[in-house]
Amino acid sequence: MNMKSVFVYCEVENQEVAEISQELLSAGKRLAQKLGCPLDAMIFGNDLGAIESQISPYGVDKLFIADDKRLEPYTTLPHASLAHKVLKEQEPQIVLFGATSIGRDLAPRLASKLNCGLTADTTILDIGDHFVKKEKKEYKDLLYAIRPAFGGSIMANIINWDMHPQMATVREGVMKKEVFDANYKTEVISINTNDIVKDEDFVLEIIERHIEESEVNLKEAPIIVAGGYGVGSKENFDLLKNLANILGGEVGGSRAAVDAGFIEHNRQIGQTGTTVRPKLYIAAGISGAIQHTAGMQDASMIISINNDPDAPINDIADYVITGDLGVVLPKMIKYYKENAK
Amino acid sequence: MRPLKIVVLAKQVPDTRHVGPDAMKPDGTVNRGKLATVFNPDDLHALELALNIKDRVPGTHVTILTMGPQKAADIIREGYYRGVDDGIMISDRRFGGADTLATSYTIVQAIKKIADYDLIVGGRQAIDGDTAQVGPQCADKLNIPQVTYVEEILNIEEDKIIARRRLENGVETVAAPYPCLMTVHGSSPECRSRHAKKVMKYKYARTKTEMRKGYPILEELHKKRPYLVIPEWSVEDIKADETKIGLAGSPTKVKSVSSIVLTATESKVLTDSDSDIEGMIKELIKHHTIG
Repeated sequence: MNMKSVFVYCEVENQEVAEISQELLSAGKRLAQKLGCPLDAMIFGNDLGAIESQISPYGVDKLFIADDKRLEPYTTLPHASLAHKVLKEQEPQIVLFGATSIGRDLAPRLASKLNCGLTADTTILDIGDHFVKKEKKEYKDLLYAIRPAFGGSIMANIINWDMHPQMATVREGVMKKEVFDANYKTEVISINTNDIVKDEDFVLEIIERHIEESEVNLKEAPIIVAGGYGVGSKENFDLLKNLANILGGEVGGSRAAVDAGFIEHNRQIGQTGTTVRPKLYIAAGISGAIQHTAGMQDASMIISINNDPDAPINDIADYVITGDLGVVLPKMIKYYKENAK
Repeated sequence: MRPLKIVVLAKQVPDTRHVGPDAMKPDGTVNRGKLATVFNPDDLHALELALNIKDRVPGTHVTILTMGPQKAADIIREGYYRGVDDGIMISDRRFGGADTLATSYTIVQAIKKIADYDLIVGGRQAIDGDTAQVGPQCADKLNIPQVTYVEEILNIEEDKIIARRRLENGVETVAAPYPCLMTVHGSSPECRSRHAKKVMKYKYARTKTEMRKGYPILEELHKKRPYLVIPEWSVEDIKADETKIGLAGSPTKVKSVSSIVLTATESKVLTDSDSDIEGMIKELIKHHTIG
């Protein structure tokens, strides 16, 4: 059995491990359990004295920490030097990064350094075998990095059997976050940044930074009321907003609704927007292009409201209401008010 | 300010934004022949960024570099029409089937042959794969810093260039020394249109391979105007190691592809009548989905 570990690169800002990294640790643990190997992680940032407690519960065996004020905010070269050093020494079989501004900046640079394969924007991770005809050889327990391709019209399973580690960036909000063991024992290894990072690695100077705390948190919303092009206008979106407010949810939109200017870009749901998995997803006037459904099909319950009884989204909906949303939405509000305690 | 030497990396891609029903074969694989090819959208933004620097710093020299089959010479011509000074095509059957690692190795071999550069710019990602990997991989192989997701060049100074980056949740302004590599975000300015005079000047620009079938009139013209001959670099020209290019140099392989099939759920079909909607709301409350 291959005891080399599954490794996760964790992002951190202001002593908080990023949401995506927690998702990756959970997904990494599931892979490690399938493989019967350890889960290891690395995190580079500033003032990380207490960071271990946020990471251990995901079942991390070894955690490599570089704590240095120059490592935050993230710049490419110091993080690449540190990660390269750790991965070269530890030789993991799989390395996961978030498909974020940081992960998509860092992972390819590392893949080049390590001369290994990297799959971008993975949405499904699995373990499986592959027979290479040319070599007449069966490779066991490879990473299946499955991702949408060609504008979302197909899913491609990407493998890498000979140039390891197998690396992948993973979409945000796709992997389920789950604590493995609140009291898990993690071995912490501190890295002295000065031993590894050269002065030249700090050539890039950050002059100014504006990070907006996203006021829209679609990923965390338990209920989402989303509209498509069929909503018809910006004004009609107010109907959706009313319903969302009353139900304690958020409003989202399909790409077509965003492109038409009915709703803000940061509320876009789907492959090019946010991937969501709420308890309830209400799709109003959304036909259900694959690019959209790929970003919401894991909702626990889906209600589709559409004039067209044959809208593709109806195939995955639990409730299909055929009718005009101008009629249906006010009635939903009315009966919710009457029946909710 | 001294003039800069800029290399623009650009790619011709199948237009995945307009995938029609016949773009997929019955077995679920992509029918590339049915997809039109286009100048990769982000690379057009990179071209604009380079031409904008040329406007601001007179004497700046812009070279456009592309890798692909012969048809990709369109990218070089398009570059000329919009204002680049030079175009170079990397084309050889042996480069085919490359993933991002093999592609970046190949491009870097060509950049090393160009040798003299201050800035390399490319689009953030190409729409045929959306990987955004080739830029950072090239920067690593050239051992230069990278500035990804650039939205605007704020200032061009003697020893550094100031750029604003577009991140998923904000913006960041950075200063990078020369030489460096930038990938350009789609939120940056759109590329200028073709210049009519430049179209007239360069419309007969061809690679030697494109001329192989014999076009006597064009051959005469190329003798008189050597700038119309688009340089074409092969494996040998860029001194590439054959184990590092094409399929052989590509660690990632596609095991399988599948069309996305929506898993059908058994749905309750309702009308917009009061009783139907009230019934549904009551069920949702009962099951604690809402309320």
